[in-house]
Amino acid sequence: MAEGRPQKKRKLRGEALTIVPLYLFTLVFVAGPLVYMVVLSFLTRAETWGVVGEFTLENYADIFQPVYLQTFWESIKLAVISTVLIAAIGYPFGYFMAKLPPKWKKRAMLLLMIPFWTSSLIRLYGWIVIFRANGVLDTALMGLHITSEPLKLLYTYPAVVVGMVYALLPFMIFSVYSSAEKLDFSLVEAARDLGASPLRAFFTVSFKLTLPGLLSGVVLTFVPSMGLFFIADILGGNKVVLVGNLIQEQLLKTHNWPFAAALSVALLLLTTLILFLYRKVSGVKDLEGLV
Amino acid sequence: MVTLLNDTILQLEDIHKSFGDTKVLDGISLTARQGEFITLLGSSGCGKTTTLRIIAGLESPDSGRVLLEGKDMTQAEPNKRDVNTVFQNYALFPHMNVEQNIGYSLKIRRAAKEEIRRRVGEMLQLVQLEGYEKRMPGELSGGQKQRVAIARAVINQPKLLLLDEPLGALDLQLRRQMQQELKRLQKKLGITFIYITHDQEEALNMSDRIAVMKDGVFQQVGTPSQVYDAPKTAYVAQFVGTANIVRGVVDRVDGERVTFRNEDGTGEFLSRGYGFAPGEPVALAIRGEQAQAEKAGEKTGPGLFGTVKEKSFSGGMLRICVELAGGQEFICSRHGIDSELAPGDRVRLSWEPGSACPVDREEVR
Repeated sequence: MAEGRPQKKRKLRGEALTIVPLYLFTLVFVAGPLVYMVVLSFLTRAETWGVVGEFTLENYADIFQPVYLQTFWESIKLAVISTVLIAAIGYPFGYFMAKLPPKWKKRAMLLLMIPFWTSSLIRLYGWIVIFRANGVLDTALMGLHITSEPLKLLYTYPAVVVGMVYALLPFMIFSVYSSAEKLDFSLVEAARDLGASPLRAFFTVSFKLTLPGLLSGVVLTFVPSMGLFFIADILGGNKVVLVGNLIQEQLLKTHNWPFAAALSVALLLLTTLILFLYRKVSGVKDLEGLV
Repeated sequence: MVTLLNDTILQLEDIHKSFGDTKVLDGISLTARQGEFITLLGSSGCGKTTTLRIIAGLESPDSGRVLLEGKDMTQAEPNKRDVNTVFQNYALFPHMNVEQNIGYSLKIRRAAKEEIRRRVGEMLQLVQLEGYEKRMPGELSGGQKQRVAIARAVINQPKLLLLDEPLGALDLQLRRQMQQELKRLQKKLGITFIYITHDQEEALNMSDRIAVMKDGVFQQVGTPSQVYDAPKTAYVAQFVGTANIVRGVVDRVDGERVTFRNEDGTGEFLSRGYGFAPGEPVALAIRGEQAQAEKAGEKTGPGLFGTVKEKSFSGGMLRICVELAGGQEFICSRHGIDSELAPGDRVRLSWEPGSACPVDREEVR
């Protein structure tokens, strides 16, 4: 015992040496800014630039002005619409990708990964080329005589939705894929053997067992879609204003830091609340370690 | 009720199946009657699992027919067949508890909640798992999972139960116990069992009939004693209970008694209904416990001569390994723990003519 103790101590010190930097990093770069943001949200805006150390709840009260509430509502709506669309496209995509023969699985995975090698901002500009009046889409549709005049899709709500779906779809696909790949196909055979039709076997077995993948995919897409301001900026022009845009505007253009901070805190709380409710409703305790 | 109806449950007619270039089944035919326990016995890769999957409808044959109770079901979906399967890895639904697993097929058939509960209760009693209703599969031992898988497969009272090496993952002691339980269960339910194993002891223990399979073909289909005492092929003789295969040329035919000769000496056997003519090649299966090894020159009479290579003691039997010409080994076993024979001794191997079984006399198909 007596001999063991110094050794244990030394071991602990060794462990601390490896772990402490991580905690320090998290403290300085994650917890620090968060605390700074919360503190900032209770301070008063200075006359010209910056803040003065005067406590106020004004910033939070401002959020309840109808115009800002409207922005929050729009953000939630867009996030829900995007997430539903992403789930509707991404679930079958990920599920069938997991069922491909190994050779094709690798190829499909590569095809999904390639776009990530390019900056997401640049890929968004690609959509401008497609959507703008007399752009790729209009030319194609008019060339095929499906439409007779430009659709003028750029700077519309649908364009923003498409951008959101495009940007976040891979997260859903990978999430569903990873849980569908673990699905033991003999369970589906067992269900069929016990009298289930293919559809019934899918819903009672395959879907139930890949649900955690779908649910974590929903979290992975819903949370960022609440804050992705640049998609609304680039594809929505100034017509679609989300909380993210509002924060950016308050911070960079209006220089109202305390209000931007209050908006950020509100967004954070709202997202947490929605996730909490979602977990309650879906009844899933472990969203593959995400929540 | 006395009926003269045909009690055939399953007929397989000349089933062929290939996966790519690999021929897996090459003409399988089998008939199973009501309440029969049939074992498909063979080493891995012989096509037994594929046969089972074709019966279940999880695979469809390239040619041939599957008849269930006389009806052609070759193309029927698995859910349309009155057949259930106990899968090799149990395939219990991990997201359902024991009760939900066992009641699954009733729920699919939209049975009333009360009825499901009642019949699941009966099943749990049958497999002696009362009180385990709410357990999840992950919380069960291998033997318990096995019982749940069986209960789940028989709750709907199928005509035919398919079992794919159901005891493969269990330890030896539990295996023995489950063998008895399965046999008891089968008798009680009166369901036809098609059982897969690679364990010949298990097959001999449990089956009404055994189909010994090799390379996608049935080598022999018969009762355990037929397969053991009168193997049709050298493969069957060696796979079921291990036998020595001795080859030679027919020397003399004297009614039923046939004498053969090879470079080790001579021996006798009974023709068992096959026709033999002098000069014809012959292969014989001789069980080690039915052959005697004595010091050469002690007695006269027909016999094969060889040299004792080694002695070993296992399972209450002394095994004497005799080396014949060309390095072939002949295993002789007898009770007792030692014998006067020592390695290097010249010995004469002899047997009762009736205990040598001529094999490979007909084309296997």
